[in-house]
Amino acid sequence: MNPVEAAYFYACAALALAGALSVVVAKNPIRGAMGLLLLILSIAGLFLSLHAQFLAAIQLIVYAGAIVVLFLFVIMLLGPNAATPHDRRGVGTRVLGGGLFALSGLAALLAVARAAVAAHRVMPMPQVDPTFGGIDAFGSVLFSDALVPFELSSALLMVSVVGAIAVARGRQGVKSLSRAERDVAQSPPEPAKQAEHSGVFSHEIDAGSDGAHVKESSA
Amino acid sequence: MIGIEQYVLLSALLFLIGGTGFLVRRNVLVSLMSIEVMLNAANLALVAFNRSRLTPGPAQSFAGQSHSGQVFAFFIIAAEAAEVAVGLAIVLALYRLRRTVRSDDADLLKN
Repeated sequence: MNPVEAAYFYACAALALAGALSVVVAKNPIRGAMGLLLLILSIAGLFLSLHAQFLAAIQLIVYAGAIVVLFLFVIMLLGPNAATPHDRRGVGTRVLGGGLFALSGLAALLAVARAAVAAHRVMPMPQVDPTFGGIDAFGSVLFSDALVPFELSSALLMVSVVGAIAVARGRQGVKSLSRAERDVAQSPPEPAKQAEHSGVFSHEIDAGSDGAHVKESSA
Repeated sequence: MIGIEQYVLLSALLFLIGGTGFLVRRNVLVSLMSIEVMLNAANLALVAFNRSRLTPGPAQSFAGQSHSGQVFAFFIIAAEAAEVAVGLAIVLALYRLRRTVRSDDADLLKN
């Protein structure tokens, strides 16, 4: 195994870790999405070094081409509201939970790494057939042994598309909201937010719920 | 020399980062991206194990070499695309209803 391969692995690994860290740390979700893109690209590079060429292409097309773009669409649609304002509510609980998870995970990681170091050997990667992981090998497996899950995954994608459209579209117009939904929409989580959007939106709700207010405002 | 160990170590680190981000951050968009990070880490581990254990098996093999891990990773990618589509639709619905993308403001079922 030559040093070029090791250098390639460590470069991709460093980029992947940097990308993952910037997803978690970034205040602005746009930067988080860019970090996710970096992570995805470097994982695709690692797939190439693992002899999984077809998966590397799929990773680029599906993740970088579809999922990250979908994230960016939603972030742009939400505009400045996509970044949540900083507040300290419940920060102790969250940090405690995250810290416990990270510490237990790191402990498990160290135990495994120490066992691997104590064994004094690195498992060598076996020789592969040149066609391994290519589109013909992968395709023939996909359409013979994995045929049923493949067809089921098409049903899954279809259902999720229909569900996503149904959920994101919602009911059209505020007047068609149910009474409970109107109550919820009238009591936003924070007073500051309420002042921000007490424009057309809440006026329409008021007009729907009591007629006196409509007369008052139109007079 | 790069063996399976380095790949699994990297995958575990990525999973840790993603899981910690999911637990600590409150922005729903960042939570969804942390889930992506975790699933990518799982994919990396699956493909690395597939590369290191090329035992010829009766099932899912081509030219005597098993592709099980790669097939698993493929289905994870498909499931993840579905998950992101529905998750982002829920984020939009939540935003339309509450004008927020904070996960702890989604408490309509409380009380």
